[in-house]
Amino acid sequence: MTALSIRHLTKTYKNGVQALRDISLDVHKGDFFALLGPNGAGKSTTIGIVSSLVNKSGGEVTIFGHSLDSARELAKKKVGVVPQEFNFNQFEKVFDIVVTQAGFYGIPAGPAKVAAEKYLRRLGLWEKRDNQARELSGGMKRRLMIARALVHEPELLILDEPTAGVDIELRRSMWEFLTELNRQGKTIILTTHYLEEAESLCRHIAIIDHGTIVENTDMKSLLEKLQVETFILDLAGAVSAAPVLNGFTVRLRDARTLEVDVPKSEPLNDVFTQLASQDIAVMSMRNKANRLEELFLRLVERNLDSEVPA
Amino acid sequence: MSLREQWVAFLTILVKEIRRFTRIWPQTLLPPAITMTLYFVIFGNLIGSRIGDMGGFDYMQYIVPGLIMMSVIQNSYGNVVSSFFSTKFQHSIEEMLVSPMSPVVILGGYIAGGIARGLAVGAIVTVLALFFTDLSLVHAGVTLLVVVLTAMLFSLAGFINAVFARNFDDISIIPTFVLTPLTYLGGVFYSIELLPEFWRGVTLLNPVVYMVNSFRYGILGVSDVNVGLSLLAIFGFTVVLFLVALGLLRRGTGIRH
Repeated sequence: MTALSIRHLTKTYKNGVQALRDISLDVHKGDFFALLGPNGAGKSTTIGIVSSLVNKSGGEVTIFGHSLDSARELAKKKVGVVPQEFNFNQFEKVFDIVVTQAGFYGIPAGPAKVAAEKYLRRLGLWEKRDNQARELSGGMKRRLMIARALVHEPELLILDEPTAGVDIELRRSMWEFLTELNRQGKTIILTTHYLEEAESLCRHIAIIDHGTIVENTDMKSLLEKLQVETFILDLAGAVSAAPVLNGFTVRLRDARTLEVDVPKSEPLNDVFTQLASQDIAVMSMRNKANRLEELFLRLVERNLDSEVPA
Repeated sequence: MSLREQWVAFLTILVKEIRRFTRIWPQTLLPPAITMTLYFVIFGNLIGSRIGDMGGFDYMQYIVPGLIMMSVIQNSYGNVVSSFFSTKFQHSIEEMLVSPMSPVVILGGYIAGGIARGLAVGAIVTVLALFFTDLSLVHAGVTLLVVVLTAMLFSLAGFINAVFARNFDDISIIPTFVLTPLTYLGGVFYSIELLPEFWRGVTLLNPVVYMVNSFRYGILGVSDVNVGLSLLAIFGFTVVLFLVALGLLRRGTGIRH
């Protein structure tokens, strides 16, 4: 079943900016889907339209079979949204914010309080339930927005850069929580600037740039498109020049560090064999950049190049 | 959403609104109590005792209904304009926009919140007035109808103001430059029969005159204007403003891109 279907979606703002140019994509039930793109690409506009915060200019959005045009209420009930910016009343108490949100979905106070407690406890905010929202740290505020988005038990959870500005420990715990939710059957759509996050969590990915989808596939297929990976090698001893390796491009970063481009067609073992034959020992190795990050940059750059007039 | 769910959602907004104005009572409930007490002392007791009768009642009794109505108007308007604008300003309006609540429920919740504050302040001012004078209730039904309709009308006006407001200045312009003059010149402190004919005609263009006089009719049994026509006009204005506010909310004016 399709959790979210977007067809020919367009958005032109009053100032003439064309944020979305005929976007179509499907997110299947139970998927963990990443929507990536540079700043201003159209990610937040897409999410804004799906969550009814932005009026579309054209096209159709269907959520679990319910059109946002003809069955708006049914469609909205299925969605929980965690926006990029804090959007709660800073002077309200944490518990009240979550319970009130449940009320907006028609959930009476009794069950709303039970659901609020469940998610505040799960997200480590129960002890802060009587605090005003403004007293929370940035990470806690993000968790509060997640609890608020889940209180009506939506089937589709949309998170717009949920881990922006949170520390590594909290980011990891959020990843675990989101993975658990997905395992329980919730469909999750995520936008993020941390491509490592998308690669770790998501099974499908769409890359949006200048208001168009430049890639829409599963993560495995996308990563297979990466023809060359660049590795950083830390050497045991210093070298004066970059060694020559057949089939590979090598650059010297400093006397003890090499940067090697490894084509997908060549076995990585050959790098070490050739280095060993030149008496160069490697102490450690790492990717220069996240694999998805490399692909992302290439796709976005390619899209940019295609826009440059001849 | 089922009717029951819509009702729960409506009550949620109403409770949230009541919680808001009671939480900040020193800003919402206390100032009108102090201001009106000063009016009662200065205009009612000190100056009023020298003015004598007006409309067949002593001056204190004559101005009390107008002052109650003035509090209701200012507070119902002020509640909705500040609360709804704050939700826009803090983006917490998005909490409602993503939910399946219909625009009627959202508007109804805010209007009910405005009425609640208007009536709460009206009740406080009435209790305070009883320390200074005796009050009867000649037409209870008319009194209740007028006060609720007026609170509703000005809550709607406050809502429309908040929809178009872009900063905090925009929510104080109308109350300062429109609402206050209309209220002070709306027959709160005097009978329009005292005015020269030309100015009486001009005053009759002021809608607040009809609300104040209808309310005074409910409490004292006297009015400078036709009460039936006044009620009809208030009702008509309320319906028009409701439709305007609902249209703005449906279109997302000022709240959606």
